[in-house]
Amino acid sequence: MNIHEYQAKILLEKFGAPVPRGAAARSAAEFDAALALLPEGPTMVKSQIHAGGRGKGTFTDGYKGGVKFCRTKAEAREAAGRMLGNTLVTVQTGPAGRKVQTVYFTVASGIKHEYYLAVLLDRASSRPVIIASTEGGVEIEKVAHDTPDRILRVVIDPAYGLADYQVRELTARLGLTGAEAKNGARFIRALYALYWETDAAMVEINPLITTPEGEVLALDAKLSFDDNALFRHPEIVALRDLNEEDPKEIEASKAGLSYIALDGNIACLVNGAGLAMSTMDIIKHFGGSPANFLDVGGGASKDQVVAAFKIILGDPHVRGIMVNIFGGIMDCNVIALGIVEAVREVGLKLPLVVRLEGNNVAAGKKTLADSGLPIISGGTMADAAQKIVQLVA
Amino acid sequence: MSILVTPETRILVQGITGDFGGRHARLSLDYGTRVVAGVTPGKGGLWFEHGAHRVPIFNSVAEAASATGATVSAIFVPPPFAADAILECAGAGLDLAVAITEGIPVRDMVRVKRAMQGGPTRLLGPNCPGIVTPGTGPDSHGGCRIGIAPGYIHKKGHVGVVSRSGTLTYEAVYQLTVKGIGQSTCVGIGGDPVNGTSHLDIVRMFNDDPDTHGIILIGEIGGTAEVEAARWIKAHCQKPVAGFIAGSTAPAGRRMGHAGAIVGGAEDTAAAKIAVFRECGIEVAATPSDMADALIRAAAARGVKLS
Repeated sequence: MNIHEYQAKILLEKFGAPVPRGAAARSAAEFDAALALLPEGPTMVKSQIHAGGRGKGTFTDGYKGGVKFCRTKAEAREAAGRMLGNTLVTVQTGPAGRKVQTVYFTVASGIKHEYYLAVLLDRASSRPVIIASTEGGVEIEKVAHDTPDRILRVVIDPAYGLADYQVRELTARLGLTGAEAKNGARFIRALYALYWETDAAMVEINPLITTPEGEVLALDAKLSFDDNALFRHPEIVALRDLNEEDPKEIEASKAGLSYIALDGNIACLVNGAGLAMSTMDIIKHFGGSPANFLDVGGGASKDQVVAAFKIILGDPHVRGIMVNIFGGIMDCNVIALGIVEAVREVGLKLPLVVRLEGNNVAAGKKTLADSGLPIISGGTMADAAQKIVQLVA
Repeated sequence: MSILVTPETRILVQGITGDFGGRHARLSLDYGTRVVAGVTPGKGGLWFEHGAHRVPIFNSVAEAASATGATVSAIFVPPPFAADAILECAGAGLDLAVAITEGIPVRDMVRVKRAMQGGPTRLLGPNCPGIVTPGTGPDSHGGCRIGIAPGYIHKKGHVGVVSRSGTLTYEAVYQLTVKGIGQSTCVGIGGDPVNGTSHLDIVRMFNDDPDTHGIILIGEIGGTAEVEAARWIKAHCQKPVAGFIAGSTAPAGRRMGHAGAIVGGAEDTAAAKIAVFRECGIEVAATPSDMADALIRAAAARGVKLS
């Protein structure tokens, strides 16, 4: 789960990691109250959407820049008026863009140097790792590719936690001295505590800045959380913004399904994440284009299958459906009954190829055959994929 | 032979009184697996009954192991309690803990893995289908089935299968069985970013197992575990290996169901992993329907008999 920058900054402050003073507004009526919390002078206005590249983005009405530097609060108020309710297109949003529902005003801090700082899981060691760089404010992937020696990595032993010597190593290698080193150390400890205590998947500060006064501040912040740990963090769940999520994905997660919309026209309904991914792959292999990833999971019920059908048929681009079930945990007949019920309920007009294998498959195939519905049976995955690709072409 | 478990292995089931654990304990008993104990705190002294089987339930793993000689646990407890269940296996000194549970927080697994480091207990999973060493009876009956795989699709033989994904494992196993090629052991290592046993760990075991003549290695986008296994295979493995990587069409940055299946950088894409497989002499299956055939090609090229 992702949260907005302004929410991330509230969390950072709570954990003792300083950020520039700021205030968010959800409507034009809130602009004055928000700006009143900031001193007069240079102010940043930042569109709050769950996507990067905001500064270089363009709004659909032609207004340029989802992040603006303004010399005065009056200018900031005007810029915010252009952003709020407007749709911002960035390299990460896709051409449809995202509607800006919140703007965030912050004091425009003086910048001495920009750094990069993040904490995430190091999969190779199964331990948390802090990534830091003196090259902040730019794409870190590019830094890692062009100048890998400028990327610092410190792996943390979860049995002990972040050790002081590791913090000293980081501040020293980032070239921080004096007050900067002291403030930097405090920031790193706070960021690690936030990562660990909130079950974050990743906390990324880019840029982390030093100011001429020796402060160390998070100028931007991206936080994402482990979905599997949300059950013990109601305070994080409360930050969820459903406006930022695909409505079909929300509906799917309510039904206990894992669904991701893609831009093709062949919908897939599959059990198991690995099989669901490879079903997308095999459709592509035979020249088709998958419309989605949909994993009905191991123990799907008939209701879940019906819900899954409704979700994939809610995508207007879908021209055909491939169902691929290998029943390990799952009873193929349960799936077959769900398919028949779903097809009857939604009055399916698109070609449907079903490939069933595994537990109780004979009964499942019989249920489909006896239904009298125009369901095409696929033998192997390859056979089913070729059939649906031909039918849609 | 086989790896990790044999038809004689005595297993206990943590969470046997839950729907999920109970259902699969019954299926394992039907398969002929020696399910000798159940563990549910607070329900010690009760019995898990299925047909002619009466399996005693204990309050703790240590009690169950000492009373029944169980050396392996199948863990079906819900995610908030699963880390504790795994640690309990380590505390009782079991040989193997197989964590089927899906949805355990990453932080819990980071701590569990660290706590188990250097100890005698191996962890398989979590979020895995488990492990099957097929038996010699009809539909491979009489084997050791730990977890949630459909037992009947297996056939006793000489191919080792290792995968992160459950249903893709079944797919590969079924293709082999239909072609008359049996399996020594089939292992699901799980789809989470932090797991107990890696592709490489299993590949090493298959390489050392004289009864395994060929290996199918199934991977996914995310992480670099498959790459690590492939490089080791190039340097050390004497046996034919076929590989498949799921997720060629997955967009970057999106988690594809498995918590571990997410493309983060250039190195963990399907294309990058497939390129390394090729470079390391692994026969790559073009589609998931091609996994068994890919191994047959790899075996033929080396003159190895798979069955």
